[in-house]
Amino acid sequence: MTTIVTDNCKGCRFTDCVSVCPVSCFHYDDEMLYIDPDVCIDCSACIPECPVQAIYEGDDIPEDKEHWIAINAERAPELPVCEEQMDPLPGAEERKTELGF
Amino acid sequence: MSNSGTGHNPLRVAIVGSGPSGFYATEALFKSGLTVQVTMLERLPSPFGLVRSGVAPDHQKLKQAIKLYEKIAQNDGFTFLGNVTVGKDLTVDELKQNYHAVIFTCGAESDRKLGIPGEELKGSHTATEFVGWYNGHPDYRDREFDLSHPNAVIIGQGNVAADVSRILSKTVDELKHTDIAQHALDVLAESRVSDIYVIGRRGPAQAKFTPKELREFGELANCDPVVNPDDLKLNAASQAELEDKANAGNAKVYQLFRDFSERKSGSKQRRCHFMFLLSPKALIGDNRLQKLVLEINILSGDAFNQSARGTGETIELETGILFRSIGYRGVPIPGVPFDDKRGIIPNTDGRVTESGKFMSQLYTAGWIKRGPTGIIGTNRADSVATVNALLEDIQQNSTKDGKAGVEGLIPLLQAKNIRYVTYPDWGKIDTAEINAGKKKNKPREKFTRVKEMLGLLD
Repeated sequence: MTTIVTDNCKGCRFTDCVSVCPVSCFHYDDEMLYIDPDVCIDCSACIPECPVQAIYEGDDIPEDKEHWIAINAERAPELPVCEEQMDPLPGAEERKTELGF
Repeated sequence: MSNSGTGHNPLRVAIVGSGPSGFYATEALFKSGLTVQVTMLERLPSPFGLVRSGVAPDHQKLKQAIKLYEKIAQNDGFTFLGNVTVGKDLTVDELKQNYHAVIFTCGAESDRKLGIPGEELKGSHTATEFVGWYNGHPDYRDREFDLSHPNAVIIGQGNVAADVSRILSKTVDELKHTDIAQHALDVLAESRVSDIYVIGRRGPAQAKFTPKELREFGELANCDPVVNPDDLKLNAASQAELEDKANAGNAKVYQLFRDFSERKSGSKQRRCHFMFLLSPKALIGDNRLQKLVLEINILSGDAFNQSARGTGETIELETGILFRSIGYRGVPIPGVPFDDKRGIIPNTDGRVTESGKFMSQLYTAGWIKRGPTGIIGTNRADSVATVNALLEDIQQNSTKDGKAGVEGLIPLLQAKNIRYVTYPDWGKIDTAEINAGKKKNKPREKFTRVKEMLGLLD
């Protein structure tokens, strides 16, 4: 089972996770990040890095977020790799507060 | 001559150690936009450090980090020289003469000691020895572990402690199709260990396991996890720690302990007991370890800053074998400053220092730079930071000095009659290991002696 980025990333895209990914498996679009399950080695290094706790281990994903497993698998391979930490999206800090972090 | 880092005067960097931090430093150098030549020096004939010999054999997916390192190694500017020990076969001065910069990424190869009576008794081991042994590391090939007593103890509650406990808890069937060393599998097959005690000095809210590693204990074929529900009572500060939203990992770990404690008592042949708030005080035995004295602790201090304090009250636990996994230390390299207290190379942002002064040309990254914290990926950010410091210095000094790099090193090694192992050489060893594994339905059967590896090459 792989590691998954879920909706909390949407509108934040802090990318702290990217700097500790040992295999560069994060991809990005204008809204958020996605993990390529074929590249991810399930080390979980990224999970505690996320300021809005958007990342889950597959074995630990809440039921209402399970659809993100398929979304990550579909989106990641067609998007560019995020190799280095980028600036968060505009409004990320506000969204973080809104999410209660 | 042009500035270093340009076509005719490449930036030449020696990297000492071929684990994750060495490869991430290499990657960062190649991504710098400069013309860079990297020589990676490794004391073993085989690369990849703890990904090969630390990551547990039943965590094969984690070992796939190697795929990325193999890609980095394909860069034209990369040279691997294995079977070369810096400080013995080559001096640090020889490296400084031939390279613009040297980055030490040689990890933390030694263990912290408990510092209690009886620590040297037969049956008292470091986790490092055991991990190296089951992973086929040549240094630990001939270690002996007596698994004839029903009880085994692991001191520490981090992920290495989890690995050691899990390997002791698993059946041969659960391990035989991994790349575990055959000599280890043979000994584990005869193990009479039925009860494994994993002991932490602080409470269940402070255990350092990742939820993922701990969860595996609930899914073993022949071992039940055991947690005493009374041990899960929390003081106010620990309660506050677990309620902090930013501390979700520890809250998950605590919830797993709770799940384990609520299980009906299992019928499996082995049990793995997680115990808290206990510090080892003495190891007792005539010729070999027979029992362990533990002092009961209480926590004091504010949330996230609690330390364990002994109460004076002790308990005893009979055991035939003990592994300590309470932290790691680097090993000093002749010619490089060493902070003996912390077990690291003293540095500021990766620039090596001695008594606060920068040592020109010398840098460090990974566990030997910051101490043994974090997992594989943590080293990527760490190595990038060191390489950024190095590149800044190169730019500021705008040195025009050319360095010979690997072409200067090879004659030195030849003159010293050292059989250095190149990356294509390693490729031969790698292929032979994979082929040997195929017969046993294992991903590989490792060579566990340097002599065997070198014998394959000539």
